[in-house]
Amino acid sequence: MVIECKHVWTYISDYLDGTLSEEIRVTVQKHLEHCELCSAILDSTRNILVLTADDRVFELPVGFSERLHQRLEEELKQKKGP
Amino acid sequence: MTLQEQQGEAELIAAILAGDTQLYHDLIRPYERPVYLLALSYMKNETDAEDVAQEAFLKAFRHLSSFRADAKFSTWLISIALNEARGRLRRQTASRTESLDKDPDEEGAVSPALLRDWREIPSEAVERGEIRDLLRKAVETLPEIYREVFLLRDVEELNINETAEALNISVSAVKVRLHRARLMLQKYLAPQLKSVTKPKGRWFAWS
Ligand SMILES: [Zn+2]
Repeated sequence: MVIECKHVWTYISDYLDGTLSEEIRVTVQKHLEHCELCSAILDSTRNILVLTADDRVFELPVGFSERLHQRLEEELKQKKGP
Repeated sequence: MTLQEQQGEAELIAAILAGDTQLYHDLIRPYERPVYLLALSYMKNETDAEDVAQEAFLKAFRHLSSFRADAKFSTWLISIALNEARGRLRRQTASRTESLDKDPDEEGAVSPALLRDWREIPSEAVERGEIRDLLRKAVETLPEIYREVFLLRDVEELNINETAEALNISVSAVKVRLHRARLMLQKYLAPQLKSVTKPKGRWFAWS
């Protein structure tokens, strides 16, 4: 089975998650072997997901944890239990 | 989360409800980051996001006795945070109306940025402030329904079912939105990342 590039794009997310059926996965895989356009799209998407998930991109503000637990402590002291 | 961790969490909750309230500090520690990030994705500024996160943790404590033991604490907590953020946003933008006439999941396909080659950008690149800003801005620019799914699933690494439960949407909606979010990010980021990380002659090196 041969598929067009734009069909391959609709499978990118499932391909990365490994949730495609075996048949479609093989079809997409074959396409990727000879299509540099789709390969570059897949590689860039995978790369971008790794970068955006990096802990250093979204950081907690300085002192966030201390302020939170301080505020909780005030609440916990007021009440015996939830 | 392992079964042991989940059991540990259930025991913590039981102990807190039995009166050992100090344990609540330990219970929520793993969720500070996901709750804050979710709040930030709605509020768009750190001060409001921190406020929303604190409020959510307080509410969760006050309502802990209504937590069902068969649910997951993380998804319960995240939905409290979500309600808090949405409620506050609604109060802030009471006059703004949202378009209700179309189902966002029915929109057409998102097409990716077309490129012929991709030079792998290593994780060390996020140490550059310029790259971090670019990545953050890209996520913040995503429409809300895509952004929340993306943050929970790809940044906080909840699984598909947990994401669906936390957002109170179907598993198939999570998949569709996640796919769109990822392609939107690729479309927006690939060309920009390519140009900011372009090798600058023979002097260029990552290390
Ligand atoms: Zn192709």
